[in-house]
Amino acid sequence: MLIETRGLKKTFKSRGKEVEAVRGVDLAVKEGEVFGLLGPNGAGKTTTMRMLSTLIEPTEGHAVVCGHDLARDAGKVRRDIGYVGQAGGTWGEVTAREELVMQGRLYGMSKKRSQARAAEVLESFQLAEYADRNVKTYSGGQKRRLDIALGIMHEPKLLFLDEPTTGLDPQSRAHMWDEVRALRERGTAIFLTTHYLDEADALCDRLAIIDHGEIVAEGTPLELKKEVAGDVVAVGVADRASEARDLFAAKDFVREVESGEPDPATGVAILRLYVDDGASALPELLRALDGAGVSPASIELHRPSLDDVFLKQTGRSLREEK
Amino acid sequence: MKVLRDTWLVYSRAMKLNLKQPVWLIVMLVQPIYFLFLFAPLLEPMDGMPGFENGAMETFVPGLIIMMALFGSAFVGFGLIAELRQGVIERMRVTPVSRVALMLGRTLSTVTTTVFQSLALVLLAALTGKLDVYWPGVALMLLIVMLTAFMLAAVSLGLAIVLKSEDAMAPVINTLVQPIMLISGIMLPMVMAPAWLQNVADFNPFYYAVQASRELFAGNLESSYVWQAPVILGALTILLVWWATRKFARAVA
Repeated sequence: MLIETRGLKKTFKSRGKEVEAVRGVDLAVKEGEVFGLLGPNGAGKTTTMRMLSTLIEPTEGHAVVCGHDLARDAGKVRRDIGYVGQAGGTWGEVTAREELVMQGRLYGMSKKRSQARAAEVLESFQLAEYADRNVKTYSGGQKRRLDIALGIMHEPKLLFLDEPTTGLDPQSRAHMWDEVRALRERGTAIFLTTHYLDEADALCDRLAIIDHGEIVAEGTPLELKKEVAGDVVAVGVADRASEARDLFAAKDFVREVESGEPDPATGVAILRLYVDDGASALPELLRALDGAGVSPASIELHRPSLDDVFLKQTGRSLREEK
Repeated sequence: MKVLRDTWLVYSRAMKLNLKQPVWLIVMLVQPIYFLFLFAPLLEPMDGMPGFENGAMETFVPGLIIMMALFGSAFVGFGLIAELRQGVIERMRVTPVSRVALMLGRTLSTVTTTVFQSLALVLLAALTGKLDVYWPGVALMLLIVMLTAFMLAAVSLGLAIVLKSEDAMAPVINTLVQPIMLISGIMLPMVMAPAWLQNVADFNPFYYAVQASRELFAGNLESSYVWQAPVILGALTILLVWWATRKFARAVA
């Protein structure tokens, strides 16, 4: 295990009031995996990451990071981890090469070693072309690549990425995902926070969903989605919604029915049916509606997304949070 | 050893940044140059009067150098706030770099630039031909200048970490530095002040810095200010650097 935490808590004091940002988090991150912490803004993602990367001290709880006790051996933890914050880590009148060499030396490399490693990193992050330009001339994507390059100068076992793609255009975002996958290929474990569902789904081997400072679900994206139900069928009905609902609930292959509020403009209410196998359920459902004389306004089949998982656990949609 | 090596790294990075923006080093000289040419002539008739026994310009110029060290160092925190916002400090705090070095490296780069600015100012003053410069004294005076810059740069960096915003920082620095400057006798010697104000000045460490600088500049090495200033400033510097380093290590940036 690269990270193991027990009951990690952080309470901030702000104007005399105590705010519990993280309320007892238990996590385990394995060697070489991409682990994601998914949650809305203010859920405690960044605070958790800042504790694990030695930037702030936990109020309570225990954590082991890369085999070192976080509270006792912060110095040793720092040697083995890399960290890329939301704000990045470079600015102004310095060049990428200068900052990379400096970073290597802060990790104790000799000047020569650090220069060689910087050249290597500049090459692999496609920054060689801009290496001797001032950072202030960089585009958002270039700057983000430099931020990550700084984080892995010393070849850490574990890299922390705080919201790695927030504020990036779609192309830079796709590049960033490729970089993360490439790092993983080379054996670096990655712990990232994100509030993007697709990012968590596409990038993470395992993830934990955090809400109000507590972990509400943990597993592989597939496991989490399976927990919710097989598939989700969303049926829109304009009238006789409750009749349709009863009809569906009576079917033994329907595990659960959730009915939404009717849309004020169209009067269409969406019924969400959790079924094991959507493809075979669909014709049955249509036949049942037809038999009762209810005509659906719309019908949609989808595999559960991580948003369904979040919805199930917290009663809110992560999409609506933003 | 690690502290020394890390301090050197942080120092050389800060110096490199300073040298990439040489304009600032000159801008900091502008204010003292105004004082030298537009205010100092007013003091010339005071030559030999109480408080000006060392000569009018010989009294004013050392004070002016302390003033430059005061202002130049007290504002270095502003640069740190920009770096905090851009995540530079956070990035460095996650590396195993010594916390003391993060602080000392920056502080020492301020000391270096202040020393060069002081020398430039002494040379300029000497070129006016209106004062006698006792060069060995100037060399010793630079030690007082270094302590002053060192202490104030540390305070300024510590405050920057605590306040985290330029808007909060500016009034705090001004509120602190203006009275310190006024009751250290930089403009006019404190012997001209009423007794109560002189008593207040006795508690101002920079009053001793200014007095010691004047005596050293004139070569009066036996003056008691000459040993009092380094003792007072040295003790205060140790205390404040320790405080600022703690802020650096622990602050939530």
